[in-house]
Amino acid sequence: MKQLSLLLLSFFITTPLYAASGEENYKAYCWQCHGMQGDGMGINIENMSVQPRDHTDRKSMSARSDAELFKVIKEGGLSIDKSVLMPPWADVMSDAEIKAIVKYLRKLCDCS
Amino acid sequence: MRNYIRLSILIAIGAFSSVTIAANSSALLKDRCASCHKLEGPVAQTAEEAWQQKAPDLFYAGVKYKRKWLSSWLVKPTRIRPAGYLYFNHIKPGKEMDEIDQSTLPKHPALTASEAEMASDALMKLTNAPTDLKKGEFSGKSISISFGEMTFDKFNGCMACHQIEPGYGGLSGPEVYTAANRLQEDYLVSFIRSPQAWNPKSLMPNRHVKEANIQKLVAYLVALSKEEWK
Repeated sequence: MKQLSLLLLSFFITTPLYAASGEENYKAYCWQCHGMQGDGMGINIENMSVQPRDHTDRKSMSARSDAELFKVIKEGGLSIDKSVLMPPWADVMSDAEIKAIVKYLRKLCDCS
Repeated sequence: MRNYIRLSILIAIGAFSSVTIAANSSALLKDRCASCHKLEGPVAQTAEEAWQQKAPDLFYAGVKYKRKWLSSWLVKPTRIRPAGYLYFNHIKPGKEMDEIDQSTLPKHPALTASEAEMASDALMKLTNAPTDLKKGEFSGKSISISFGEMTFDKFNGCMACHQIEPGYGGLSGPEVYTAANRLQEDYLVSFIRSPQAWNPKSLMPNRHVKEANIQKLVAYLVALSKEEWK
């Protein structure tokens, strides 16, 4: 019983109430620019000075490491000398959630 | 003595009327607003709850909105967010790029002028802000539109999601050229400083903008609000 309580307690401590899956967070925060299909064709792109990355582009996505993708999501485009239009999402998602998005990006590009 | 009785009756009627008006205002909000807006806190407690919301929280409307704007907008509501409250519930894939699915966008109901006055009074009494909001956050300093646009667009990239004039800018966020007509400047300062303090799953990122630049951004919104947009 004590072990079960500790297990439940650790679940609530390590799982923030607001946490969501990589796919869910991608839908909420990334679709607007990167598009519903991840092809960079989101509803916001018409007046953008720099077009969002196509996450289904295997070649360009393969050129980015997981660490770079994690950094750009967490700290924004400027952190890797890219566009200011890509904002930092550190205050919205935990590191674990951002890692889940990186994993989801690898699924979209079918690349590593 | 007779005058004293008359005065007492008038005071009693006045007090009764005030209580009745307040009760009616509150009933009006519950009747007309509560099916889409939260009138009582706290903010959504899970991502799932936050992403199912149909409209903005109103339990701190009194520290967020400007009364003058509320009373006129409620009579003739216009769309502020081109793609609805949560854009991802109102888009579809298009031929070249994703498009807003207009068929899914609900139309905000209009109130009569007297209902709008009552609702505005009641809304301004809802002040349960999820974070501390100090009066006088906004310095009131002005900025030119061209300098403001540099801070807004070039240095912070806000235009990615917001329109700075009709038909120009991103569609997922609310239009900002009317923001300072609608919203109190102190709220704007606080919200830009930390959107997640107001709503942990807000779609607005925290760019950790320096205080001086937050003032410039709000001054820019004020400058935009003084333009005549068609």
